[in-house]
Amino acid sequence: MSVGAAKIPVFVSEIVEVNALIKRFRFTPRDGSLLPAFSGGSHTVVEMDDHGTRRLNPYSLMSDPSERTGYEISVRRDDTGRGGSLYMHNHVTVGMEMLISPPVNLFALDLRAKKHLMIAGGIGITPFIAQAAQLATTGGRFELHYAARSRPLGAYMDSLSARYGDKIHRYYDEEGDKIDLASLLAGQPFGTHLYVCGPKGMINWVLGSAAAAGWPRGAVHSEEFLAPPVGKAFTVALAQAGKTVTVAPNQSLLEAIEAAGVDAPYLCRGGACGQCETRVIRCDGHIQHNDHWLTDEQKAAGDRIMPCVSRFEGAALVLER
Amino acid sequence: MSNTTSPAPAMRSSPVYATLVAREGPAHFMVADGAGADALLAVLAQGGPDMLAKTQIVYMPGPDGTDQSAALETLGVPQLRIAPSYSAARQRIQKVLGDAHMGLQIYTAGSEGLMGQVQRDAVEAGLPYEAVQMEQRGSTLRRVQCVHCKGITENVAHDPFQCSHCGLHLFVRDHYSRRLAAYQGVNIDAEDPGEVPPAVERFK
Repeated sequence: MSVGAAKIPVFVSEIVEVNALIKRFRFTPRDGSLLPAFSGGSHTVVEMDDHGTRRLNPYSLMSDPSERTGYEISVRRDDTGRGGSLYMHNHVTVGMEMLISPPVNLFALDLRAKKHLMIAGGIGITPFIAQAAQLATTGGRFELHYAARSRPLGAYMDSLSARYGDKIHRYYDEEGDKIDLASLLAGQPFGTHLYVCGPKGMINWVLGSAAAAGWPRGAVHSEEFLAPPVGKAFTVALAQAGKTVTVAPNQSLLEAIEAAGVDAPYLCRGGACGQCETRVIRCDGHIQHNDHWLTDEQKAAGDRIMPCVSRFEGAALVLER
Repeated sequence: MSNTTSPAPAMRSSPVYATLVAREGPAHFMVADGAGADALLAVLAQGGPDMLAKTQIVYMPGPDGTDQSAALETLGVPQLRIAPSYSAARQRIQKVLGDAHMGLQIYTAGSEGLMGQVQRDAVEAGLPYEAVQMEQRGSTLRRVQCVHCKGITENVAHDPFQCSHCGLHLFVRDHYSRRLAAYQGVNIDAEDPGEVPPAVERFK
């Protein structure tokens, strides 16, 4: 079960086909009440009933954080993924009733910063759209560098430029544009915080460049939601529940635990927040740690696992759950 | 002279000191007092000539009078400023931070009071507090804020001590404020006025 408040009953009030890969969804509360205000960078976990399979996928909120009549998310279609984005694209229609979680922020602005430097790749733009709106309201200083594969796929380039002018810097991979990261990082005033959201390669590039340029770790923020990777089926024993469950190839360990009727904590379901951390009682085999939460030492020790994204291969795995 | 690495912090707010390490960065800014000069010499020896050429130092004598400015003057760093006190040097320090770019590495060494003030000014300039490297050397005299009159007494050696502003007898707590760069001093005889335990020299 998720930590905190109950799910919010909403209906889908608008769907916009932004481009060939991205659709934007607007959720409006069913009872006409106002949604909780949130801070830029927050996400919501959308619950889907995909023909009997329950899916819970996190999506960054991209609407203005002070706008409480509805939330907006953008979903990029992933044809090779486990099916959550395909379900959103192919089966969700206007008027449909859904459940979403209250907002959770794992990618908040550090408001002690003198300036916010944001770097987005592709669909990684969505949390920054909410953060830019928040900073525009409060007068915060920011600069956004947004890279996309091509002009048609640069979903929100034009609207952001129209609203924020030269604070927005646009890059198109197909046209050979590349962010001059070394100069960009070297020229930032003292007290700047750096934020990056995008594909894994981009995040690693930005984090590595910032470290090499002498940026302190505490001034650098990143967010990448991992989809639970598919893998071989495996069996796990839940010691407290006294149950043994089998995790299917396209199912996450967390989903299998939930399907067995066992309550397990979670928040982001993407390996980022640490909420689902579970103690390993016995491990006869190899844990495939796929999360961003545990340190390398903790992963090597093998005495805990993040069931939202990590898997197991071997003879026996016993969890304290 | 040996350096002191802090024991396990008394509480979460207690400052944590380590040994200065030469880090990668386009520029280095060092502020030290008293015996902290030794820590600067050590980290500059570790960093070598490349680091030295990109280093700026502000130094002042320690609260116990220790003055090692002569040793720093032989280093040949591009900029070395000797100041009589932190308050005299503060405007310069704030100017350096205000004009700097991200990547500047900050090192401070010497007394707790000095390091706390460097950290406070770096944080005010927007740096995460843990990015300021601190190495405690020499004096452990405390900078204490009286929670009653808010006055700050520098270089407190005894516990309890008398507030230099309002005269109350204060118990020196281990609660530390990074915002104020000071420990907390609380009236010790509020309930039984006059019953003040004998002062003990806790900080040197």
